[in-house]
Amino acid sequence: MATTSVPRNQVKQILSAIRIPPVYIFLVVIFILGGTLDLLFSDGQMFTNPAITMNIVVRSVALGIVAVGQTLVIIGASIDLSVAYLISVTAVMCSYIMQGDANNVPKAILAVLGIGVVVGLVNGLVITKLRVNSFIATLGMSLILSGLINATFSNYTGSVPQSFEYFGYGTIGSIPVSIIVLLIFVVAGWLLLTRTKFGAHLYGVGGNREAARLSGLRTDRILIGAHVICSLTAVITGLFMVSRLRSGAPWVGPDGIYDLESIATSVVGGTAMAGGKGGVWGTLAGVLIFGVLDTTFNQLGVNPYLKTVLRGVIIVLAVASYTFRAKKEAA
Amino acid sequence: MTTSTVTQTDSLKVIRSIWDWIRRIPPVYPVFLVIFIAVGILNHNYQTANGIMTFLRRVSPLAILAIGEMMVLATGGFDLSIGSIVTMVVIVSSLLLHNDPANALPTIGIMLGLGVLIGLTNGLVVSFLKVPSFIATLGMMLLVRGGALYWVGGAPQGYLTDNWRSFGRDYLENIPLLGRVPYALLILLVIAVVAYLIFHRSNFGKQILAIGDNVRASQLSGVNVRLVRTMVFLISSVLAVIGGVMIGGYGGVNVTIGQGLEMQTIAACVVGGTLLTGGKGSVPNVIFGAFTMEAIFNLLNLLGLPKPYKDVIQGLIIIGAVAYVSLSSRKKA
Amino acid sequence: MVDEYIQGKNGKTADKQPVLEVRNIIKRFPGVLALNDVSMKFLPGEVHAVVGENGAGKTTLMKILVGAYKPDSGEILLQGEKVAFDHPVEAQAKGLSIVYQEFNLLPERTVAQNIFLGREPSRLGLIDFRRLNKMAEDVLKEVGAEKMFSPSAPVSSLSVAEQQMVEIAKAISLDAKVLIMDEPTAALTVTEVQMLSDLVNRLKGRGMAIIFISHRLKEVFDIAETITVLKDGSLVGTVKTKDVQPGDIVAMMVGHALDHYFPPLGKPEDFGEVVLRVKDGSNDFLKGISFELHKGEVLGIAGLQGSGRTELAQAIFGVVPFKTGTIELHGKPIDIKTPTTAIRNGMGFVTEDRKAEGIVPQQPIRDNILLTVRSIQPIFGMTYKDGIGKERKLVSTLGKQVDVRTDSYDREAQFLSGGNQQKVVLAKWLASDADVFIFDEPTRGIDVESKASIHDMIRDLTNKGTAVLMISSELPEIIGMSDRILVMWDGKIAGELPAKSGEQEIMMVATGHPEQVDEQSLTGRKE
Repeated sequence: MATTSVPRNQVKQILSAIRIPPVYIFLVVIFILGGTLDLLFSDGQMFTNPAITMNIVVRSVALGIVAVGQTLVIIGASIDLSVAYLISVTAVMCSYIMQGDANNVPKAILAVLGIGVVVGLVNGLVITKLRVNSFIATLGMSLILSGLINATFSNYTGSVPQSFEYFGYGTIGSIPVSIIVLLIFVVAGWLLLTRTKFGAHLYGVGGNREAARLSGLRTDRILIGAHVICSLTAVITGLFMVSRLRSGAPWVGPDGIYDLESIATSVVGGTAMAGGKGGVWGTLAGVLIFGVLDTTFNQLGVNPYLKTVLRGVIIVLAVASYTFRAKKEAA
Repeated sequence: MTTSTVTQTDSLKVIRSIWDWIRRIPPVYPVFLVIFIAVGILNHNYQTANGIMTFLRRVSPLAILAIGEMMVLATGGFDLSIGSIVTMVVIVSSLLLHNDPANALPTIGIMLGLGVLIGLTNGLVVSFLKVPSFIATLGMMLLVRGGALYWVGGAPQGYLTDNWRSFGRDYLENIPLLGRVPYALLILLVIAVVAYLIFHRSNFGKQILAIGDNVRASQLSGVNVRLVRTMVFLISSVLAVIGGVMIGGYGGVNVTIGQGLEMQTIAACVVGGTLLTGGKGSVPNVIFGAFTMEAIFNLLNLLGLPKPYKDVIQGLIIIGAVAYVSLSSRKKA
Repeated sequence: MVDEYIQGKNGKTADKQPVLEVRNIIKRFPGVLALNDVSMKFLPGEVHAVVGENGAGKTTLMKILVGAYKPDSGEILLQGEKVAFDHPVEAQAKGLSIVYQEFNLLPERTVAQNIFLGREPSRLGLIDFRRLNKMAEDVLKEVGAEKMFSPSAPVSSLSVAEQQMVEIAKAISLDAKVLIMDEPTAALTVTEVQMLSDLVNRLKGRGMAIIFISHRLKEVFDIAETITVLKDGSLVGTVKTKDVQPGDIVAMMVGHALDHYFPPLGKPEDFGEVVLRVKDGSNDFLKGISFELHKGEVLGIAGLQGSGRTELAQAIFGVVPFKTGTIELHGKPIDIKTPTTAIRNGMGFVTEDRKAEGIVPQQPIRDNILLTVRSIQPIFGMTYKDGIGKERKLVSTLGKQVDVRTDSYDREAQFLSGGNQQKVVLAKWLASDADVFIFDEPTRGIDVESKASIHDMIRDLTNKGTAVLMISSELPEIIGMSDRILVMWDGKIAGELPAKSGEQEIMMVATGHPEQVDEQSLTGRKE
């Protein structure tokens, strides 16, 4: 029996390896487009004025950190719709406990991290043990969280001490601390997904749950782990938000549409909603795309409501650029 | 001797078949009954025809929205744009009416036209660009919400005229036995009948279920998947417009009015037995799913729980209902 | 030759101890006695086939062996010791591996990642990729696949046969002593079956016991030394392959001797006018397709995997239409760009994969049968309440005609056996009054009795004047059923052969001409 030609297979593998995910192309395009529009219709300072440029990235930090967590969950073929309200809860509880007193900072941080772990655990358990669809389970959780937070607080509560504002405003040299934190999370997420057993198993659970189970993977634990990590990233985002706003209010999370946008940036970044495929660098690119767009709109003085409109259109078009070639019908 | 044994087995058979019939009743009906009775006990108003009519007036728009959403869910998709459509209907109408009752019908006409456009776009994006409906309708939700707010400059520009509001607010008076019947209920009944015929008794409805069940097999059996899908989104959007007119009629102008409505609607569908994976659905069941959700909220109000708890309970209900279905179907398998 | 292997290793076969044995297994499900006092021995270095109709108990037995089910009574002995499994993972750990018909692979991950999922070599939770790939490389060598693809190739880039090798490699990496293969040859071409056969011999050489569950008696006879026949949960008999003929096995399976597998072919005088004529049809995959199909005939389409058979069906049916060329139905040129056009013109397509493409599983059988009819009718045309009127009559008439075994047409289609599901699909097309039928692998994965039933129905259709295009990878089926045979190769029709042509003749045309043989034909994969 003759042997098949190895070269042909290898060529195919190499080609698929160097194929650049569309999201990076978009990012470059958006950069160029945004810069051009800024030069033509505004003061052209978007990329030249360091304050404004930093703004792009800082806006991206909040979304970026929680998007990393959401990417993990989506790779596991799950979804987390409760992040927006968890961010709110974090922001409010944090400033409430801190009450402007620097001594309360460790207490507050521990408290919100604890809440994050609990929320993540509950999400994960409801999905794995009660076998509830993740869309429903986390949606339900978001409703519960929103109810609880709105029932107890209706406005800005408490405040954040000066020392804590370091997270949101501080710099090391000329680089904001927050960006460093974002990069740490992205790199950590990347390492987790590509280098650890947990990551490999997460791809397995998301790609084919049955195959994973038959290989002896503890699929429930892995999924719960992913949800806990996602909730923790939401908490960090909440801490970042409250450190910038200096106080927390119940609408902080939903106002930023963190739930839908963290999903959208992941999908735009190449993480398939079906699970088993994708990664955090694509998500970061997606987040940056949204950040540049936002700042471009600001530079051009675009009405905030139109910004929402454009955001909607862009999300759909970006995903469409991946899907329109698909042979299978969408649902 | 033999005759009495025959009668015994006969009556056993009858009891057995009644029991089987009882077992097959979708859970939403007994659940609704129990909750509504509880509500009636706590507030005697609900024991009167008047009280029941008031309840029905308030719940009809949600039921109408649920019918549309159910059809989308049955095809295996989601329509997350209906809440924004309601917001748009309410606040843009307040602008277009210019406080002049003569503008009421043209305004509603424009809204319906927008609804058709939105539904068509949703359908085309999902069918031709192959974007998952979750993302497509999510984008549409942002588009509609932003667009509506932009149009009115961020705040309602007028009030909703009485005639525009009559659909959601007013009653048909002097009906024997029932006293007064809300227009909203009548609209619901008409829509319910038409929807029932379309969904349960026509080729279209069967094709909706087939698509949600196995889209590839449906295609290969000659089902025009794109047409059916697009029409289903169209129905959902138009029903959202109708629901919006009724909600605005009942509650008046309010910028936040549609927020969270799509989740409430999906909850109503889930309680009414609709599977989120597609392939199953029923018009009467989701109508009662909406009734049940509203009855639960009423119950909570009567028990003195403040508004935000409504969301908490809603969340628990959704999770509970789906967990129940999910765990019980595992037992069967 | 096969016996030499064993005797060469161990001397007399009679002296070998079974590596796996089941004794007196009984398994009940509500209302059904799935396995009734079944006992079998599986010897190392031997292929032991388990055959039987659907419902005979093969699947249940298989599930018990891998630990997915627990027997109600009876024992399982692994190398002489009693074992009981609570979970498939335990069975796997003890050396029992299974390759399912639908592979359990992760398409987006590499071969190495798939093989060692859950067992990745690691330090402090971090995966050691070099070791992972090396380990995979070693295992692939054992399977003989090390030259075909690399451990870092994504599984999605592999052919079906190659993916199967990955599954087998996985089993070897788990130190399997017993390998169960569920319908392993169902999705393979003839060349790939040979590759598998060679691989199985290598595994036998390692002393593995192989349990082969299959409906395809030809391969069973080529590969297995021992055959056990199950019928209705009971063991009918265990025989040595060399002592019996396929006819004997079939008789044991169905409890009566079938006097023929296939209904008699049509007579040339009975073939009517040309119903379907394709002239020079081409698209991205197919080139210059021209042929005629006559009323009342069965035209068999043979060819290796990737030769374009399914693409031909898809082109005619409007799924992936021709870009140039013409199609004439009953003499009239028709532009078929969607299945709906094809259906409205009287065509029916019974596809290869009934689960994915044939039935709507959660809908009642009744709605499955009526699906096509309803698609042709106006979209808001009213249907009857389930179970009354014209539709009910149609459903019950057709249901009886195709012999669907079910207690009620309201049952969801997903609960039927494979053979019955295929019959429902057939009924669906009969309902739409199709007069040109395309069958793509009509009896794949179906038990012998349903197979014969479907073959009879196909011939019945042609006797009534329907024209049938039948695609099949099973050469006996092509030879047994076709009045004419078209052989495809590389997207073209490579040749036409008369009825009752030999397997060798067909294979020659299907592989191009011998002097043009290259890797494409041997792997059967279209790149």
